[in-house]
Amino acid sequence: MKVKSYLPPKFIVERNPDRCIQCQVCVNQCSFDVHYYDAEDDEVRSHEENCVGCHRCVVFCPTNALTIRKNPLDYRENYNWRPEVIEDITKQAETGGVLLTGMGNDKGYRIYWDHLVINASQVTNPSIDPLREPMELITYLGRKPDRLELDHNSLSLKTELAPQVKIEVPVMFSAMSYGAVSLNVQKSLARAATEAGTLWNTGEGGLHHSLYEYADNTIVQVASGRFGVHSRYLNAARIIEIKIGQGAKPGIGGHLPGEKVSADVAATRTIPQGTDALSPAPQHDIYSIEDLAQLIHALKEATNYTKPVAVKIAAVHNSAAIAIGMVRAGADIIVLDGFRGATGAAPKVIRDNVGIPIELALASVDSRLRQEGIRSQASIVISGGIRSSGDVVKAIALGADAIYIGTAALVALGCTLCQQCHTGKCAWGICTTNPFLTKRINPDIGTRRLTNLLRSWSLEIKDILGGMGINAVESLRGNRLHLRGIGLTKTELEILGVKMAGN
Amino acid sequence: MENKVIKRTASPIDRIDATGFSSRELNARIRELAHNGTERVELYNVYGQRYIGTDLDRPIEVKIFGTPGNDLGIFMDSPRITVYGNAQDGCGNTMNDGEIVVHGHAGDIAGLSARGGKIFIRDDVGYRTGIHMKEYGDKKPALVIGGTSQDFLGEYMAGGILILLGLNLQKEEAHRTNFIGTGMHGGVIYLRGSINDFQLGKEVGTAEPEEKDWQILRKFISEFADHFGYNAEEILEHKFIKLFPLWLRPYGRLYAY
Repeated sequence: MKVKSYLPPKFIVERNPDRCIQCQVCVNQCSFDVHYYDAEDDEVRSHEENCVGCHRCVVFCPTNALTIRKNPLDYRENYNWRPEVIEDITKQAETGGVLLTGMGNDKGYRIYWDHLVINASQVTNPSIDPLREPMELITYLGRKPDRLELDHNSLSLKTELAPQVKIEVPVMFSAMSYGAVSLNVQKSLARAATEAGTLWNTGEGGLHHSLYEYADNTIVQVASGRFGVHSRYLNAARIIEIKIGQGAKPGIGGHLPGEKVSADVAATRTIPQGTDALSPAPQHDIYSIEDLAQLIHALKEATNYTKPVAVKIAAVHNSAAIAIGMVRAGADIIVLDGFRGATGAAPKVIRDNVGIPIELALASVDSRLRQEGIRSQASIVISGGIRSSGDVVKAIALGADAIYIGTAALVALGCTLCQQCHTGKCAWGICTTNPFLTKRINPDIGTRRLTNLLRSWSLEIKDILGGMGINAVESLRGNRLHLRGIGLTKTELEILGVKMAGN
Repeated sequence: MENKVIKRTASPIDRIDATGFSSRELNARIRELAHNGTERVELYNVYGQRYIGTDLDRPIEVKIFGTPGNDLGIFMDSPRITVYGNAQDGCGNTMNDGEIVVHGHAGDIAGLSARGGKIFIRDDVGYRTGIHMKEYGDKKPALVIGGTSQDFLGEYMAGGILILLGLNLQKEEAHRTNFIGTGMHGGVIYLRGSINDFQLGKEVGTAEPEEKDWQILRKFISEFADHFGYNAEEILEHKFIKLFPLWLRPYGRLYAY
């Protein structure tokens, strides 16, 4: 029984007839079947109900004939029953299924970055001009020793250091698996990371054979599905990351739909083609901190103690207590992913309601590790909605060693956050394995766009540091006196460990 | 840690007394021997040391006398391990290639996410055995259990071969296992001995083994019998049930779009 859907179009497609030349570029560019050519009338028309608002057609229209506008959906005003709520219920009534979505939490929760401001030097201490003075962004990730012992004769280091990984800029690309994103996207990330002296992350989809040449700049992930995990993969990596959770979907696993499991994805993950790639919710060899310690040491053993092991969790209510356990379990790097962190697919209700803001998680984890006297035993990497170099600087001042960017990197490649990642139809060719679409990302251009982004941010970070009179990012880490809060409650300021502006 | 190179003895077998060794020390010693070209190692007085056999990527033969700890052969890539005793949790975890033969029981999650290789357990196994085993092309892990298993056998299985023989069950006694093959979407499970429908996960179907199944069974049960001194023909005379995934995409219909 085919029933008329009650879902109104979300977007209105406006085609300016004076400009449209019926070239059909929009028809070819749209992977959601919005534009079509009516040969009889020699006219390009639209199925507006399919439009997701990705604006691919707008950018590629050679005559700028297209405008995509939000359908106002002027129902009777109701603050509680907003159009989105009505749309969700309608979809559920029509399908009986769990609503899926892509990207990160898009709801109006407070963004603490926007309530934090950065200090600058005036009169009493000189600011530094980064254009003419050396400015250090190099960061070392890994467990630091409690004290250093030197041989007094040769002045060489007697203390045995845990493996350290040097990155030129404290910004890395976060985990996006092959299967969730295309190989061309991973290639762009891997090459940009290599050029910029930072790291990219395989996600839990294995490392494609063509990307082994970038292994020195690769973080490999070990997650609950254990896809593509074998000793060559582990030994190739610079860092091994155990993924416990993801900010967009704390507490649940992942289902890469069978449609996205192409022959090449199947080979990289070692599962049969066309089957769902299921990542169980927990890792079934980790039910406790002791079990986590066991896997951390298994990975160290498997790589002969040559690589730092990171553990990634979603930012949740008791992150600080968990983080202590992680560090004591032997994690060299702890990764916190806030609820703005994106995903290739997650149930909408989880994405929009579970987890906490990364700013609060970071501040409380950093504070608690300091209180325990173990902050130096692990580096802290954060992710989840970092949008700019300003956010990066604030994160470092709150206590982060380095920052992962995912969404920002995809935006650099063309993403406009239409949140259709789970459909596998990404018109920008990013979050898809459809070969017709994946070729839209040219790895040469992708690499350039990503290195440009990293360069811009590096220059800006240096500018901000110089303004504060700091010449090394190391000196900013956890230096919360360089931050002030605006429009925050006393409790919020306490958790963030910052003073009110003006104070 | 001391890192001295041990000179190979004239004997083709290297023996290690594991008394007082930490996991790290024991594995370092084995790694060192393997690096120097040893082909056979015997470990005595093994007492809970973990990860034995990991990071060895050559077909070295390891015999373990005692009780190896968790994650025996984790990420292992071709050694052959024989345990004269019981294995603990995580035996053959994410193993890539090689063989583990256990003359005794194994704990939980034996064969977790295995990608290849063979595991033979003479007696019983714990929970979630063979969970999320995988396969791709010719690379197909096999896990044969002589006794019975706890719940969630073959959970989330994405590939490979799992054989549960129930040799220690009394006549007419069913396996104890519940939720067999829950979430299974690849691979195959063969059960010898009786089972009730309620013990099976929702995602599995049952069938009588066909000729190609008997070929697989004959191959692995012969190997099993050789390892532990059973008569393969006698084992094979009994009725077997084949369990297979009903859907390649068990959760494909869970979502709205």
